[in-house]
Amino acid sequence: MDMSPEKLVDAYRLMKTIREFEERMRSEYQQGKLPGFIHIYRNQEAIAVAACLDMTNEDYIASTHRGHGHCIAKGCEIEAMLLELACKEDGLCNGKGGSMHIADMSKGMLGANAIVGGGPPIAAGAALTAKTLGNGAVSMAFIGDGASDQGTVAESLNLAVVLQLPMIFMYENNRYAEFTRSPKPDGRIAERAGAFGMPSEVIDGSDFFAMYDACQQAIARGRDGGGPTAIEAVCNRYYGHFEGDAQAYRDQEELAQERAVSDPIPRFLADPRAAALTAEKIADIDVAIMAEIDRGFEVTYAAADPTPDKLYTDVYIHYEGRLR
Amino acid sequence: MKMTIREAINLTLHQEMERDERVIVLGEDVASDQGGVYGITDGLPAKFGLHRVIDTPITESAIVGAAGGAALTGLRPVAELMFVDFLGVCLDQILNQIAKFRYMFGGQARTPVVIRTMIGAGTGTGPQHSQILYPLLAAIPGIKVVTPANAADAKGLLTTAIRDDDPVIFCEHKALYMDECEVPDGEYVLPFGQASISAEGSDITIVGMSRTAVIAGEAAAKLAQKGISAEVIDLRTLSPLDEASVLESLAKTGRLVVVDESNPYCSMASEIAGLVAERGFDTLDAPVKRVTSPHTPVPATPCLEADYVPSVERVMAAVEETLSY
Ligand SMILES: Cc1ncc(C[n+]2csc(CCOP(=O)(O)OP(=O)(O)O)c2C)c(N)n1
Ligand SMILES: [Mg+2]
Repeated sequence: MDMSPEKLVDAYRLMKTIREFEERMRSEYQQGKLPGFIHIYRNQEAIAVAACLDMTNEDYIASTHRGHGHCIAKGCEIEAMLLELACKEDGLCNGKGGSMHIADMSKGMLGANAIVGGGPPIAAGAALTAKTLGNGAVSMAFIGDGASDQGTVAESLNLAVVLQLPMIFMYENNRYAEFTRSPKPDGRIAERAGAFGMPSEVIDGSDFFAMYDACQQAIARGRDGGGPTAIEAVCNRYYGHFEGDAQAYRDQEELAQERAVSDPIPRFLADPRAAALTAEKIADIDVAIMAEIDRGFEVTYAAADPTPDKLYTDVYIHYEGRLR
Repeated sequence: MKMTIREAINLTLHQEMERDERVIVLGEDVASDQGGVYGITDGLPAKFGLHRVIDTPITESAIVGAAGGAALTGLRPVAELMFVDFLGVCLDQILNQIAKFRYMFGGQARTPVVIRTMIGAGTGTGPQHSQILYPLLAAIPGIKVVTPANAADAKGLLTTAIRDDDPVIFCEHKALYMDECEVPDGEYVLPFGQASISAEGSDITIVGMSRTAVIAGEAAAKLAQKGISAEVIDLRTLSPLDEASVLESLAKTGRLVVVDESNPYCSMASEIAGLVAERGFDTLDAPVKRVTSPHTPVPATPCLEADYVPSVERVMAAVEETLSY
């Protein structure tokens, strides 16, 4: 494990940003100030951050419906993200994508995805670009435990092995798909990926340092032409499937227990490897994070909605006189 | 009894599962405590057991394909494709398998499968959860496509769909689930290929389906206040299509507006316009007018989405334009 002091600060800053961002999203959404459906990433922060910490803008990720944390970890600007999540004209996708389709090509963020299992083939394609151009870039697909059953995921695993793609299958096993607890034991997903012929391991997704180790190895393997890797990060879905789902279907005692043991942030701070982060430093970082989020919401709520003509931007097939 | 479309579908599933033990329900979260995302399958697991109400993994190809395979071999599955947009994941099983068994196997096989699916815009869920796609389905020989616009029709048509020996895709518009109306008690069966005249009129015919049948009805009510008598036809099933009712109404009114939430190109509106150009030409007093969504994806942006789907105002404007031709 090599981790520079700057990386350590970044790791904390990004995890904490995701946490505060999501909590604020939740409360604003509950007040009816944000459109669409949102899926909150709380308690999974260590996975996204460990996964993206050593990536650059030339590396790619394909995200999921639960994508806010992936965006932040990959370096998307908070303000531009918020403008998109509120469907404003100056958002990353001009407000046309919203939470489930947010993308930032300049950061190698190839989109959240409202189609479960939609991301891995796209990530495989990005890995093919990297391999063909020989530029040393890697590509990662985030995949839920539920998504791991999709045929597209199996097909992508196979393709990545056959073509020896510089790709990482980052499974986030939060043990729930919508209202249904995963019938698979922890580890089954990694086992399955491994059976396709790639290195795979199961990691505690709330242990940032273990995750970072595994990601460094996987990324290095990809960059060095060693082919794909699968990581099953076992974690906890803190809130309901989407905001507004009170998860009455969950055993409340079990939920409370899982929430407590799987919060990655206190665990990170309690680790001796994070000792350089003094209380004072942390306080400064926290203040800056809150200010950035506050500013983002201020700008967002003052921003204009798209004008009606924007319905037709980025349309490249027109039928004159009978658009409707 | 008065009930919502959501309740009518739930009730029909109860009735048909009771009536025929070969009827099973399968899909993502259908056996969960909340009865799926919109509570449609509420109460079914408790009554019929988890062997007949089956939670599946998130694998649409396998859900739809296995439903087809089970139908081919003796069950009468009702599979749920949560959003019609997920058709993208499982199209092969519908297009190349289920739709073709009976014909391709020389009549040896029947495939009594129902695929229930949610369609339409209006809930801010964006490009991959808001599509209509029924024209794509109706274009497949061997697939029946059903689009109820009210709770009574939902009950009658779903009953028929489950009892039908061939594949049916049952399209539920998510913006209509809470619409309420009087629903006949007990057994209620409606034939496919029979449109309903939801309002009679003499000046113009407005054809709609699913949510646009409701919009057409609202437009007709407003037009009546202006002294315009519009006849509203709710197609109810898109394949088979009740061509006769459209042509008969047109023979009476001489003018036609078709309202369809699809993208305009290769839409149901285009299909009706084609029908009328070919077989109703002599009865036309004005060009047919199509009111559809634009030829774009559905934006997540609420203000753009509101402008996307056909509105009462746009239907009224189209009617007035047609009348002043
Ligand atoms: C193809 C497809 N099928 C079903 C859905 C509905 N859906 C959205 S999220 C979800 C559960 C996904 O679970 P998982 O992959 O574990 O991700 P998590 O929500 O736990 O992050 C389902 C079934 C969808 N969006 N796309
Ligand atoms: Mg999950």
